[in-house]
Amino acid sequence: MANRITREQVQHVAGLAKLEFTDAQLDAFTPQLDDIIGLFETLSEVDTTGVEATSSVSDQLNVMREDVADNWGQSEALLKNAPDAARGFIKVPAIIDESEDNE
Amino acid sequence: MNYFNQDLASLHADLVAKKVSAKELTQATLDNIKDTDTKIDAFLNLNEDAALAQAAKIDEAGISDDQPLAGIPVALKDNIVTKGLTTTAASKMLGDFNPVYDATVTEKLAAAQMITVGKTNLDEFAMGGSTENSAFKPTKNAWDQTKVPGGSSGGSAAAVASGQVPVALGSDTGGSIRQPASFNGIVGIKPTYGRVSRWGLIAFGSSLDQIGPLTHGVKDNATVLSAIAGHDDHDLTSSTQAVPDFAADLNDATSVNGLRIGLPKEYLADGVSDDVKTAILAAADTYRKLGATVDEVSLPHNKYGVAAYYIIASSEASSNLQRFDGIRYGYRAQDVQNLEDVYVKSRSEGFGDEVKRRIMLGTFSLSAGFYDAYFLKAAKVRTVIMNDFKAILKDHDFIMGPVAPTPAFGLGDEIKDPITMYMNDVLTIPVNLAGLPGLSLPAGFSNGLPVGMQLIGRPFDESTLYRAGYAFEQSTDFHTQLPTLGGQN
Repeated sequence: MANRITREQVQHVAGLAKLEFTDAQLDAFTPQLDDIIGLFETLSEVDTTGVEATSSVSDQLNVMREDVADNWGQSEALLKNAPDAARGFIKVPAIIDESEDNE
Repeated sequence: MNYFNQDLASLHADLVAKKVSAKELTQATLDNIKDTDTKIDAFLNLNEDAALAQAAKIDEAGISDDQPLAGIPVALKDNIVTKGLTTTAASKMLGDFNPVYDATVTEKLAAAQMITVGKTNLDEFAMGGSTENSAFKPTKNAWDQTKVPGGSSGGSAAAVASGQVPVALGSDTGGSIRQPASFNGIVGIKPTYGRVSRWGLIAFGSSLDQIGPLTHGVKDNATVLSAIAGHDDHDLTSSTQAVPDFAADLNDATSVNGLRIGLPKEYLADGVSDDVKTAILAAADTYRKLGATVDEVSLPHNKYGVAAYYIIASSEASSNLQRFDGIRYGYRAQDVQNLEDVYVKSRSEGFGDEVKRRIMLGTFSLSAGFYDAYFLKAAKVRTVIMNDFKAILKDHDFIMGPVAPTPAFGLGDEIKDPITMYMNDVLTIPVNLAGLPGLSLPAGFSNGLPVGMQLIGRPFDESTLYRAGYAFEQSTDFHTQLPTLGGQN
């Protein structure tokens, strides 16, 4: 099976992407990702010596504008979309993991 | 009310002459959608009350000759934000997301007084080619409800093809307007990158995404593109190029006389079905009869497009989708102990498998030790592919070929095999990589399913594509054939 990406690498990448997978999901994902990365590796057949990378095909370059607020004053509507909010603030669980705080 | 027998100009004439009011048209459209959508599941959400209120206001003010789109219903792919109207991107992550602003295209449609009747289904975050990746339901093909409608704008394509709406907007990152248009026998355009503002389009691959219209006919498509195109201060990649009145440019069938068309041999290669090849070769003959020259040309690096695209688009997606973290909006997992848990569990529960696959591929391609071999290599191959197109378009007015290698495939047939699904985009993806305009229009049938043709043009030369598409439409009857859906015909 996996020869281009290992199960451990998949888990590492998942950590970077803030995703987690069950063992069964890893069993399914690892060979799929391996196959797709195999497809990616066909690009090595293309000689790109001296070729510039393209990151944008827009005809606009370095457009500047004034930093002016518009469509503001909607904090109430914005907070309605927050999963949890109180008194004009978004509520989140404790940032510090208290279960580890035992030295 | 279905929209099989009237184009936008004729609807406009009826509205001006008060043969029908905007409110009657809107109500009849909503009624028909409710009747027919049980069969095709094109819509995620209807905008009933607001649409009827807007229509009543338009009727009160009256519709004049110079408002060609006023009072005409339109549907929007549900990755285009609409203020006050739930916008989900067909993801559990945004299941009850209520935007606080309108996309620029939404504003432009409202300024033209078009009436947004609802939001259409898509592959989650526009990632997929069959609309089966919707977190809510799969949409069905208008011609055969055992087939996929294509994707990711499958809901918009099926809605237009089944006569539910005369116009829908979609978005196209690697073929997501053109392929579903092809699978449903209608017209769709992926405009030049920068032609239409992406402000308010939920971002997938920011260097590739474009919004465009899906319609029954070429002229209607041209009319709507003129209405939604143009520079926007909110999208600094949007172009300052002037927007032509594309529909006014359309003349008669002789307008392709003397044009030079390139037909890349790679577009008729292995993997493209015989019926699709036959349709495209017949279309080439039609163009020759109309006075154009069709040359065999070559896009030698076309086959590397899919690999380059899935690295670039996935990398951009992995970056764009970082914002979905369960904090400010969107889905938040319930059983969480700390902040890290909010991020990881909300994302893992909120995203579907294909979205996770793309995030993983993108994060991998951008990660330390792999960036040069994957992302940077793909960005260089992108340049090579662009140069292939430039070489042909230097002495050809446009390129013609199929949209997809096959007609619509069966629901469930390919969803388990990502690479097979990705390869469906082999003929559309390179156009996004190069930022060129691509028009998809009906060009034949295979076992009762529509086959589409793709016309690819020079940057910002949608005019030539529309002219050539219109000339083809005037010379053939593919666009007049309609699906038999729920006894509508």
